[in-house]
Amino acid sequence: MKGCNRVTIELKNIVKKFGAFTALDDVDLKIADGELLALLGPSGSGKTTLLRIIAGLDWPDHGEVSFDGENALTRGAGERQVGFVFQHYALFRHMTVFENVAFGLRVQPRAVRKDEAGIRARVKELLDLVQLDWLSDRYPSQLSGGQRQRIALARALAIAPRILLLDEPFGALDAKVRKELRRWLRSLHEEINVTSVFVTHDQEEALEVANRVVVMDKGRIEQVGTPGEVYDRPASAFVHGFIGESIVLPVNVCEGRVWIGDQPLDIAANGAGPGPSNLFVRRHDMQVASEGIGLRGAVRHVRTFGAIQRADIAVSAGGSETLIEIDTPRDRQLKLGEVVELQPRRFRIFSA
Amino acid sequence: MTDGQLSWRPAKADVRSEPRLVRTIIIALTVLFLTVFVVLPLLIVFAQAFSRGAVAYLAALAEPEAVSAIKLTLIVAAISVGLNLVFGLIAAWAIAKFEFPGKTFLITLVDLPFSVSPVISGLVFVLLFGAQGYFGPWLQSHDIRILFAVPGIALATTFVTFPFVARALIPLMHEQGTLEEEAALSLGASGLQTFFRVTLPNIKWGVLYGVLLCNARAMGEFGAVSVVSGHIRGETNTMPLLVEILYNEYQFVAAFAIASLLAMLALITLIAKTVLERHLDEGLQPRDD
Repeated sequence: MKGCNRVTIELKNIVKKFGAFTALDDVDLKIADGELLALLGPSGSGKTTLLRIIAGLDWPDHGEVSFDGENALTRGAGERQVGFVFQHYALFRHMTVFENVAFGLRVQPRAVRKDEAGIRARVKELLDLVQLDWLSDRYPSQLSGGQRQRIALARALAIAPRILLLDEPFGALDAKVRKELRRWLRSLHEEINVTSVFVTHDQEEALEVANRVVVMDKGRIEQVGTPGEVYDRPASAFVHGFIGESIVLPVNVCEGRVWIGDQPLDIAANGAGPGPSNLFVRRHDMQVASEGIGLRGAVRHVRTFGAIQRADIAVSAGGSETLIEIDTPRDRQLKLGEVVELQPRRFRIFSA
Repeated sequence: MTDGQLSWRPAKADVRSEPRLVRTIIIALTVLFLTVFVVLPLLIVFAQAFSRGAVAYLAALAEPEAVSAIKLTLIVAAISVGLNLVFGLIAAWAIAKFEFPGKTFLITLVDLPFSVSPVISGLVFVLLFGAQGYFGPWLQSHDIRILFAVPGIALATTFVTFPFVARALIPLMHEQGTLEEEAALSLGASGLQTFFRVTLPNIKWGVLYGVLLCNARAMGEFGAVSVVSGHIRGETNTMPLLVEILYNEYQFVAAFAIASLLAMLALITLIAKTVLERHLDEGLQPRDD
């Protein structure tokens, strides 16, 4: 099945409303042939709705969906040759694992349907692929979560889909199984190389598994990029806050200078417009320095574990105080109450 | 809790539960009530039916009038169960799987036959199809008999028993949701394939449960049928109607012989219901995934 079934997906101006709630607000997205793409966002960001629109399980109020330049909206879910893996698997509970996987083959029109031996061979092949052929006579209720997930995937692959869509594929699994399945999904994608899109709210999952990440919020796409790009160069305050752990400090940009309260900071505004803004720094990028940029705070609490010490530091910004958490090496011992200079190695400023 | 557990602290009973005396009294009252009001009458039906021996019992059932009543009852039950199976499935499908304005009203409407007295239900059909009713004159001029004939009895019975199948299926289908259907559709199944391969197998125990209760009520219905039947002997008397007629004519053995058939139907229904409920519980179990 290698390489024979790949497709480019193009979404244009997709709008979808549920009553007064706007699930998707003018979304454009191009998904390249053979890529493994993650739709990442908090709940309510519209990521699952977008996935269901690609699958043909939901219809946009407005906009275009095309597969390889062909309009997909004139075709129903069954005609799109899309493999969909549901968040809760949606295995047919009255069928054995074998029959679940065989379903897509059995409902094909008689003209193209395989004979019984052909179906058996194909199901066997798929169950081997997900390494669960020994479970073929069991019912879904007798399987563990991870096993159900893999059977759901085998069932979706049975119809030789041109696109594989996965809705929160690891959402319902415990942490250990999730880690294993992530690695497994990546290698499976390398093996079968079908254009795949998965939805997740877990940034670690998206960054680890996908080739490209689409960060969504409130029905809009905030940023599209490789995992490295969205982590290192977040395009908006939302992306910075949502991906990775961030320290956020309220600052003011005035005449190209950055102020925290009435204290000017010795850093460039990086093109941020004038007015109230937020300074974003990754936790591991905030260091304690001997002389800093004008950013200082009092140590409130120190916890030590392993090679690092984690400290709560109260930074006074104007009238109020902001408590931030930083990780520093243990060679510079922090004492309670001590006032330290802080220096961000890397930072970004976004208008508030 | 057993006596053995109680013995090591006899002064004070287990505070987590009612005192033993209270429990014993409550259970005894329940058993007594059920014996007097349910078991005893049932036994009397059979005792009366066989009071002149098995020969008289069988002879009473072989009477032409009895045979005709049994036949009519079976025909009417078959028609109304068949219709309600189809309408109940459709109604449950609409209510459980779609969102549309007026849905709550529709659910209330499904329940209407349960909240209306069966006699009123029968009267509705008299008002519609009777000689003075809306369609009466037209029906008469075209020589179509609905009232005082099988169609009227079947209609009234169908009306009274409508909620059973729908009621059994709505919570089941609602609980199961539409995910499996969506999965089937995305795998390329047509609407009909999805219904017969995914939806129906998932609700089959619920369907059987609804059919069972619907059938029991259809065969036992008295009020509505009494109004529309016209009590034509050997023609429009169902079993419950015949029981009343025979009883009023002091033919106790015959009356109770027919009644015993209905009682047996009730017992079989009860057993089947217990079995089905066990299967239904399995189907209703929340997915633990």
